[in-house]
Amino acid sequence: MQPLIYLDYNATTPVDPRVLEAMLPYFKEKFGNAASRNHRFGWEAEEAVEKARAQVAAVLGASAKEIVWTSGATESNNIAVKGAARMYREKGRHIITQVTEHKAVLDPCKYLEQEGFRVTYLPVNRNGRIDLEQLRAAMTDDTILVSIMYANNEIGTLQPIAEIGKLCKERGVLFHTDATQAFGKVPIDVEAMGIDLLSLSAHKIYGPKGVGALYVRRKNPRVRCEPVLHGGGHERGMRSGTLNTPGIVGLGAAAEIAAAEMDSEGRRIAGLRDRLWNGLTEKLDEIYRNGDPEHCVPGTLNVSFAYVEGESLMMGFENIAVSSGSACTSASLEPSYVLRALGVGEELAHSSIRFSLGRFTTSEEIEQTIKQVTAAVQRLRDMSPLYEMAKEGIDLKTVDWSRH
Amino acid sequence: MAYSDKVLDHYNHPRNIGTLDKNNPRVGTGIVGAPECGDVMKLQIQVDENDRIVDAKFKTFGCGSAIASSSLATEWVKGKTLDEALQIKNTAIVQELALPPVKIHCSVLAEDAIRAAIADLKKKKAAQQPG
Repeated sequence: MQPLIYLDYNATTPVDPRVLEAMLPYFKEKFGNAASRNHRFGWEAEEAVEKARAQVAAVLGASAKEIVWTSGATESNNIAVKGAARMYREKGRHIITQVTEHKAVLDPCKYLEQEGFRVTYLPVNRNGRIDLEQLRAAMTDDTILVSIMYANNEIGTLQPIAEIGKLCKERGVLFHTDATQAFGKVPIDVEAMGIDLLSLSAHKIYGPKGVGALYVRRKNPRVRCEPVLHGGGHERGMRSGTLNTPGIVGLGAAAEIAAAEMDSEGRRIAGLRDRLWNGLTEKLDEIYRNGDPEHCVPGTLNVSFAYVEGESLMMGFENIAVSSGSACTSASLEPSYVLRALGVGEELAHSSIRFSLGRFTTSEEIEQTIKQVTAAVQRLRDMSPLYEMAKEGIDLKTVDWSRH
Repeated sequence: MAYSDKVLDHYNHPRNIGTLDKNNPRVGTGIVGAPECGDVMKLQIQVDENDRIVDAKFKTFGCGSAIASSSLATEWVKGKTLDEALQIKNTAIVQELALPPVKIHCSVLAEDAIRAAIADLKKKKAAQQPG
């Protein structure tokens, strides 16, 4: 049995031992409810929650009061998109987002369409970036919110956040960014970037699952969101519910560590990512990198291996954990909508693998991955009728396939 | 989702991978599926003078279940007459490989591939008949 190699850090990450250590006292000895104002147990919990608030705010260039705790980025995105839209519905009914957003933004937008909002879904270019001129042109006097993700989960592409923020400020439109895949990996400054709302999650940065935060600007302008959960008015009325103290402590610690190590880790991981790509291209023809090689988070590499199907490829290296854009790996039986939006053909979307590297990825693991992936691709190409036809000089696009 | 042992076995040790000469009058070739759907199967059969299948080969672009379904299909058609091979049903493939519902289309494709290969062979024969 080959040793297990985890290259799916964009899906989730293990809790860093330093984070776990910070969390542990809050399960048992310091178990108080942060909302208990009248005794030591409550004060202890409140103090821990406020410390974490400052830790997260520091990474964003925000003030602690602007951080709202949530159960994760999906909830943060729901509060930001639905909450802001409903709060400002008298001002306008138009929202702008883009096609490669996470479903946690797209689905709330679709839901709002049923409530009478109009949503513009901006297209992206071949690398997955939006066009600022198209964004500018899409804004009307009715536009109240722009929601554009910072880094894409499938391809790692970074959007021009500061430029988007500037455009939004010029038009007096609120700007939300889903920074789940960017937070702790690339610098973020909500002031310099003109961000009004920002979603983030703990479990993508070596914190625990089930906890996240929403940054909500308090000044210039003061932003309000209608709550999605009602029941007690915690978190400035935007998110009711007893705070998950151990989780929040973990998020705070994870954020502080990620920020402190961002430069060195970013360089190291980008180096491993580049080695992986170079190693694969040295040995295999007709492989394609999806995304933007320049504007990209350090750890993400999305590759299409022509003529082999993603799920069967993943079976070829079962000890290596990755994701695929193949339909066979999705519940919907549709290939990745993100890759399709880039203009990647469906056959290449079926052939895609996402490698996402992280804190515990080693150089040995990358060398092993290059070796095993290369062998699996070669083996499957030997049994691929498409590879055979291509080598015979048949243009696969001219074949009359029997679609099913 | 975990794969059944039989799917894994066919994936790791596929039977009868390869290519027969498609210009041979005793070889029938079936190609079904489409690249944009994520699976393409090529299944070929070769018959003797009594229309008994003596050899079968496949190549498949698709998921592990698609590879296993076509691998199994080549095993099953060997030694059968064309009429017998036409009796192979996708449900038998589903059962043999313990395919989950989401993978049933792989077995349908394998059945289609057998039928397409036989149809190709019959077409060739008809074209050879004098007059």
